[in-house]
Amino acid sequence: MESSVLSLVIFLPFLLSFPLFSFNRAQHGTARWYALLSSLLVFAGALYLALQFNPSSGFQFEHTALQNWLGDSMDVKYSVALDGTSMLLFAFAAFMFPVVVLGSWERVTTNAREYYFFLLMLETCILGIFSAVDLFLYYMFWEAMLIPMYFLIGVWGGNGRGDAATKFFIYMLTASLVMLIGILSLGYISREMGGTFTTDYHKLLQLELPLSVQNILFWLFGLSFFVKAPLFPLHTWAADVYSESPTGAVLTGVLLKMATYALIRFNVMLFPTASANFAPLVCTLAVVAIIYGALVAMSQPNAKRLLAFSSVSHLGFIVLGIFSFTQEALQGAMILMVNSGLTTGLLLMLVGWLEERRGDVRLSEFGGLKKNMPMFSAAFLIATFASIGLPGLSGFIGEFLTLSGAFKSTTLQTGLYAMLAALGVILSAAYMLPMVQKIFTGELTSERNAALSDLTPREILVAALLVAMIIWIGVAPNSFLKLSETSSQAVIEFVTQKSASQALAK
Amino acid sequence: MPNDYLLSLPILAAAGWSVLLIILEAMLSRAALTRVFAMLGFALVGGLSVIGFPLQGLAFSEMLRIGGFQHFANIIFCLSGLLVVALSEKYLDDENVHYGEYYIVAFISVVGMMLLAAAANMAILFIGLEMMSIALYVLAGLMRRDVRSNEAAMKYFLLGAFASGLLLYGISLIYGATGELALHKIAIAIQTGSASMLFWIGFGLLITGFLFKISAVPFHQWTPDVYDGSPTPAAAFMSTGAKAAAFSALIVVVTNFSTLLQNSPTWSLVISSIALATMVVGNIAALAQENLKRMLAYSSVAHAGYMLVGIAAATPDGYSGIMFYTLVYTLMNIGAFGVVALLESKENLLLASDYAGLFKHRPMLAGAMAVFMLSLAGVPPLGGFIGKYKVFAAAVDAKLTWLALAGVLASAVSAYYYLRVVYFMFMRDPVGEAISAPATSSLAFALIAVAVVLLGVFPTEILRITDAALKFAQLPTQTGF
Repeated sequence: MESSVLSLVIFLPFLLSFPLFSFNRAQHGTARWYALLSSLLVFAGALYLALQFNPSSGFQFEHTALQNWLGDSMDVKYSVALDGTSMLLFAFAAFMFPVVVLGSWERVTTNAREYYFFLLMLETCILGIFSAVDLFLYYMFWEAMLIPMYFLIGVWGGNGRGDAATKFFIYMLTASLVMLIGILSLGYISREMGGTFTTDYHKLLQLELPLSVQNILFWLFGLSFFVKAPLFPLHTWAADVYSESPTGAVLTGVLLKMATYALIRFNVMLFPTASANFAPLVCTLAVVAIIYGALVAMSQPNAKRLLAFSSVSHLGFIVLGIFSFTQEALQGAMILMVNSGLTTGLLLMLVGWLEERRGDVRLSEFGGLKKNMPMFSAAFLIATFASIGLPGLSGFIGEFLTLSGAFKSTTLQTGLYAMLAALGVILSAAYMLPMVQKIFTGELTSERNAALSDLTPREILVAALLVAMIIWIGVAPNSFLKLSETSSQAVIEFVTQKSASQALAK
Repeated sequence: MPNDYLLSLPILAAAGWSVLLIILEAMLSRAALTRVFAMLGFALVGGLSVIGFPLQGLAFSEMLRIGGFQHFANIIFCLSGLLVVALSEKYLDDENVHYGEYYIVAFISVVGMMLLAAAANMAILFIGLEMMSIALYVLAGLMRRDVRSNEAAMKYFLLGAFASGLLLYGISLIYGATGELALHKIAIAIQTGSASMLFWIGFGLLITGFLFKISAVPFHQWTPDVYDGSPTPAAAFMSTGAKAAAFSALIVVVTNFSTLLQNSPTWSLVISSIALATMVVGNIAALAQENLKRMLAYSSVAHAGYMLVGIAAATPDGYSGIMFYTLVYTLMNIGAFGVVALLESKENLLLASDYAGLFKHRPMLAGAMAVFMLSLAGVPPLGGFIGKYKVFAAAVDAKLTWLALAGVLASAVSAYYYLRVVYFMFMRDPVGEAISAPATSSLAFALIAVAVVLLGVFPTEILRITDAALKFAQLPTQTGF
């Protein structure tokens, strides 16, 4: 079916961002209400798509335009669609934006129009990334996203914001440019194998790429995603960016899911044999990331940096789930993507609010907050438990599926990865709980801490929304799992069949 | 032969208009009026090129080659001239060098560029090149009382004359080897016989002359000093119009000898190496610059390197990519130089750190400058990205993946120094007094920025035109009659 509803939803935030400039520059009140309504409208659109979505079939809501975008010698076009792999993340991203707008309600008072302009522009880029089915279009969104991110971090971030923004930009740009060479090579290879230069995802899936080519392209593409994920040892930008980002840093949580999504969408699907071959190596890195991230998190004196490293550890689970090549693990990874966005997002937002009140996020500065901030403590505790995978909350189901899938994986051949990764679950309790302890328990020793006020109704609303999602996924995961069930099965079958036929050809 | 006149109408009109400008200035000597007429002239000539776009053929005893390619190049030259003239007035006023001759000389330079791109014969090639260059020497030295402007003009003149000498010597050697001056006849002579050593030496010298004009490494040393010393709008003109002209002529020359060059691994290796060196040296040197004009000068060296990647690929896609690139580059680079000129002339601000907090006072100007910087860095969805994409795609297609890879890494380095400007404008608080700039010029820059964005999002039609424009340049033996 050819319809432009999906495109409308993708570009709605961008189109809605321009009227912002007609607002009075000094007044930030109207701008934020406008941004909230705009993002809610987009979320309504995404929700409509999710309800129309048929989980048992493939790509839906396809819309193509701009045929031969880059001249007649190249089959490059604007082409978007959603399938089971992307639908959940698409809706999740649209859900997070109103939350972020509410979350940074009081924080952004200077240049508010520009802040919301970039935020809405970012939303278009992210929705585009989750729905592009042309590699060139995907690349455009993927890189264009750097511009709003750069300004959001650099203008409205913490004290070291400028350097963090530059670091983020350069890291991402370098890795993406390498992927650009990968996209170009892939396009020309498809021409050599009979046909035209193409970046059409559907056509590229049909290619029978020789293994040697797959091996090279796997890393040209993978580098970009591994940097953004971030997978150990490419994670060095993450802590700075997390700690300097504005409250909209919650976005980092959403952002990083784009990389793991792209791993499934592009690396695994386009280079299945290479992916299967490199699975042990990638999973080793993932397990190292899980344990290394947890160990470093343990020694962080700063709450934001601690969360950054915990996120590195979580990303390890997701990557492990993807590269185990069992349906169970893959579905676990998809749920984990949403979960880590929710829990790390909530935690970062809570820490951000604490920073707004206190101007500091060093753990040693706090203690006994549960006395004067009960609501804050409750929200923080729930997010912490979800983050360490307590049953009944969203973290458990994802980690369980991932680990049991990885344990049974025939690609990995050994349960060792799953066993070592399980260690990470224990370690996560070992760094999260002491943080909770340091902030909330004990006596209220410092006067400045005693003066801190509890969450405002607005903040309670935001936290409650996220907590509701966390509990919903934890209690009734099936409503989410069924979205991706067919497509994850299709991914696994596709990979198994492709790598088997390639092994046979040898 | 009325057809000759019809074909070369844009060039004839431009030459006639420059005479008109001279008379006008001599009779009335009012710079502001001459400026308006120069802008009208650019618009007229550009318009004639648009109308005449489908016409093609050889004109005036096969001296000129006119086709879509030349018309497209003319449009770029006129655009460059128009924008530079439009943005010059304030700067020239502030520097007390607002002479009407400035506009006349710029106009004559554009006539030279048009001749250069349209040359079918090496005599015209040389005349066009000299006409363009001598006018530029004058523009470089416009600020007579400024030591550095004098130094820039002298340096540019001496090195430029040296390069012209090399080029002329190359032409004479090629003539000695083949007995022909017309490019397409030389190509036939080479095909029937074989390329002698004498020809290769001559060809090498000819190319060296061009490499000097586009400031490719190792012939780039003049660039930062000349751009730095020249009036800023003139530097914008040199880095866009003149560069586009030299690239147009280079494309015409190499497409004429395409069969010869495609079978020569040495040629491919030499051009690839020069492209690589130009990208690397330009970007690394730009990293170390505090002065924005010098930074933009080295950035212009680096961009010459990216464009040379298209020459190294030696495919129609590569050349078409260069044409698109020169169009975008003209817009974004004149935009960047224009902002520098605007602020420099007011407050003598030349360092990136002087731009601290510009966003607070002039958000629209800062926004436009950010678009130029990000586009120069090649970030999608801005025009600069599509230009790079096209030339790097051509390189991958021509099995020069290593060169494309080096190119993208070099452009990742470049992001650092472009972002530094954005960093100061947006992420630092203003120091000292507010930077003031007239609102009208902010609007002009915003329009250029919008054009850069549109070229990045909807490049399709322009790319179709560049693809089509190359067809005639591709057919060296076609006489058209």
